[in-house]
Amino acid sequence: MSKLSLIIRREYITRVRKKSFIIGTLLAPVGLLVYMLVIIGLSSYQGGDEIKVAVLDEARMVNPLPDEQGVRFIPSGSKTLEQLKTEVTEKKLNGVLRIPALGNFKQKEHTIFYYSDDKLAPEKSKLIEKRIAQKIREFKMDSLQMDAAQLKLLESDVSIDPEGIKSEQDGQSKYTAGVGLAVGGIMTFLLFFMVLMYGQMVMKSVMEEKTNRIVEVMMSSVRPFDLMMGKIIGAGLVGLTQVVAWVVLSGAVSFLVPLVMGFNAPSMQDSMAAAGDANVDPAMIQDTGMRIMAELSNQNWPLLIGAFIVYFLGGYFIYASMFAAVGSAMGDDLGEGQALTLPATLPLILAFYIVSMAGWRNPDSGLMVFSSIFPLFSPIAMPFRLAFNPPWWQVALSLALVVASAVFFVWLAGRIYRVGILMYGKKVTLKEMWKWTFYKG
Amino acid sequence: MILSVQDVVKTYGDYLAVNHVSLDMQKGCVFGMLGPNGAGKTSLIRMITTITAPDSGVIYLDGQKLHARSPEQIGYMPEERGLYKKMKVGEQLLYLAQLKGLTKAQALQEIDHWLTKFNIKDWWDKKVEDLSKGMQQKIQFIATVLHKPKLLILDEPFTGLDPINTTLIKDEIAQLNASGISIIFSTHRMEQVEEMCDHIVLINKGKNVLYGEVSAIKNEYKKNLFQIETPDPMPADLSERFVLLRAEKNTHTFQLSDEFMSNDLLKLLLQKGIRITRFEEILPTFNEIFIQRVAETEAG
Repeated sequence: MSKLSLIIRREYITRVRKKSFIIGTLLAPVGLLVYMLVIIGLSSYQGGDEIKVAVLDEARMVNPLPDEQGVRFIPSGSKTLEQLKTEVTEKKLNGVLRIPALGNFKQKEHTIFYYSDDKLAPEKSKLIEKRIAQKIREFKMDSLQMDAAQLKLLESDVSIDPEGIKSEQDGQSKYTAGVGLAVGGIMTFLLFFMVLMYGQMVMKSVMEEKTNRIVEVMMSSVRPFDLMMGKIIGAGLVGLTQVVAWVVLSGAVSFLVPLVMGFNAPSMQDSMAAAGDANVDPAMIQDTGMRIMAELSNQNWPLLIGAFIVYFLGGYFIYASMFAAVGSAMGDDLGEGQALTLPATLPLILAFYIVSMAGWRNPDSGLMVFSSIFPLFSPIAMPFRLAFNPPWWQVALSLALVVASAVFFVWLAGRIYRVGILMYGKKVTLKEMWKWTFYKG
Repeated sequence: MILSVQDVVKTYGDYLAVNHVSLDMQKGCVFGMLGPNGAGKTSLIRMITTITAPDSGVIYLDGQKLHARSPEQIGYMPEERGLYKKMKVGEQLLYLAQLKGLTKAQALQEIDHWLTKFNIKDWWDKKVEDLSKGMQQKIQFIATVLHKPKLLILDEPFTGLDPINTTLIKDEIAQLNASGISIIFSTHRMEQVEEMCDHIVLINKGKNVLYGEVSAIKNEYKKNLFQIETPDPMPADLSERFVLLRAEKNTHTFQLSDEFMSNDLLKLLLQKGIRITRFEEILPTFNEIFIQRVAETEAG
């Protein structure tokens, strides 16, 4: 095994075995599992807890009412309110719903009465109100002799269809922008988070070696550049492992949990919607959901995934090598050397800030175009823009610059690292670090 | 020749750390590298171990110019001791041995040999941070010699060791030398050099100021001092011919003008019936040689 491979292997195994890594990796899928179980649990709970409600329809507006989820409506027949109340007391019914006659057609507010000593759950209450309102509407339409079909014609569903002038933009819909934002936003956040976290991991590892004083022993066996690259690649592989584990485990959870619990997607969507807002029509949710799915499948996934990988690797190598160089200068000088980390962290944070503040407003603004090409910002900015089909020449230029910059920064960091790791006791400034690049080997 | 350093120069920015140093080392020697702090010893050692490269000059290891695989023939224990604290002993020794070019099987065999020799086989699964400083140094020593290097470089190897472990390591070094391994000791503890080395080089301000066989150097710097131990009082007329430098209790130190006069002194004392319990030439310590030589080079 080559020395570089030995170092990569050691760096990788040491980190992947740590408790913190295992916990961090399992956290996302376990969190998702808990969330899904809670949602499913809630909806099953609702389904099981059925109440029997007698409906006293004084003006014969609503009966017979169809059963809702968790509510069985029983027409009162000829029974009086008092008789029905007695049945509630005798536990034959859960409650009595009394619907008085409409006083005034023009009046919008209408009060109905629910007689019970048990409190009516909020979502059941909303369900009943909605169903009664619908029934009353139908009653009013009949009474006023309005044509239901004609009334439906009054409704319109407006959506914007973007059309390009210079370029083809067929196949886009009002969801394109939203889905684009979501996809771009997730990629941006993931890249920012991964590059920052694993870049800093490299820095800490370099500092640890200086503090441990094992650097000189290592240097007498391997070249400084190999040791630095071994760390950078090893930590990067740990990052990739974590992302892959998250995707695989979360995907497995999303697929298996509903299967095991005997649930299907649409009804789960219903319960998720009911948990949120009972006014939302499940049918509409399904339709929107499918439209979003269609939009997602419209995305150029091979390009997006390919670009994500290139920008992740490029951005990671740029920043991880900067962090390695800074780490080599800091060593055991933990407190005072913090200022040295700024040139490494600042551009990354700035890029993320630009994308989150300006990017979502206008992905094609001058600032965003610049940020998606400038190599210190582009690993964060360009993947975001990719969801909005930027001009191909900008993408090509950006990719070329990222790759070239990665090579440059790795070389530069190597020059600084080989001097820094053997330097102890001196307080290091950025100017000093710059001088080290010119020291002979 | 195991090592040949030829006119080597090293600068760090504006600072000249090693100033045209040359030395040769025969196979099987124990070579002492002496000098004050900041003299350039560590810079020189780092060039020999390929950690850094000379600005000019050449270094040959066992007849070959230093190259990428030279570290596999060198074992280096730096003054700043260090191991990965959170790694287990066995795992770490394996890692370091493999970086020196050993296969996994070879490494495991050697590790087993050394752990058994030091009677510490049960340390395999212990984390380095759980060991005491002395124990860590034993592990460090093993890591240095595991790959059977031709040249061993030890920088202040006994610092921090208790007397028992010091003796242990000294014995191991002697055994390694006996088996043909060449050794470089770098230290500013002169008495250690005198005990263990057969050759020395004295580095001061980046320059090689003294270099050669220990006995030859001592002879060159000797001052013809002779010490006599006797319970009897010294005859008064002795000082006319022989210069008495010091007299402490029963020990008298004379400075003679040339070595042949020592026999004359002995004859005279025996004639006078003085009981002699000890008679020996006092050779200069390396401490004294060092101070003298540094003064000479700074004046000249």
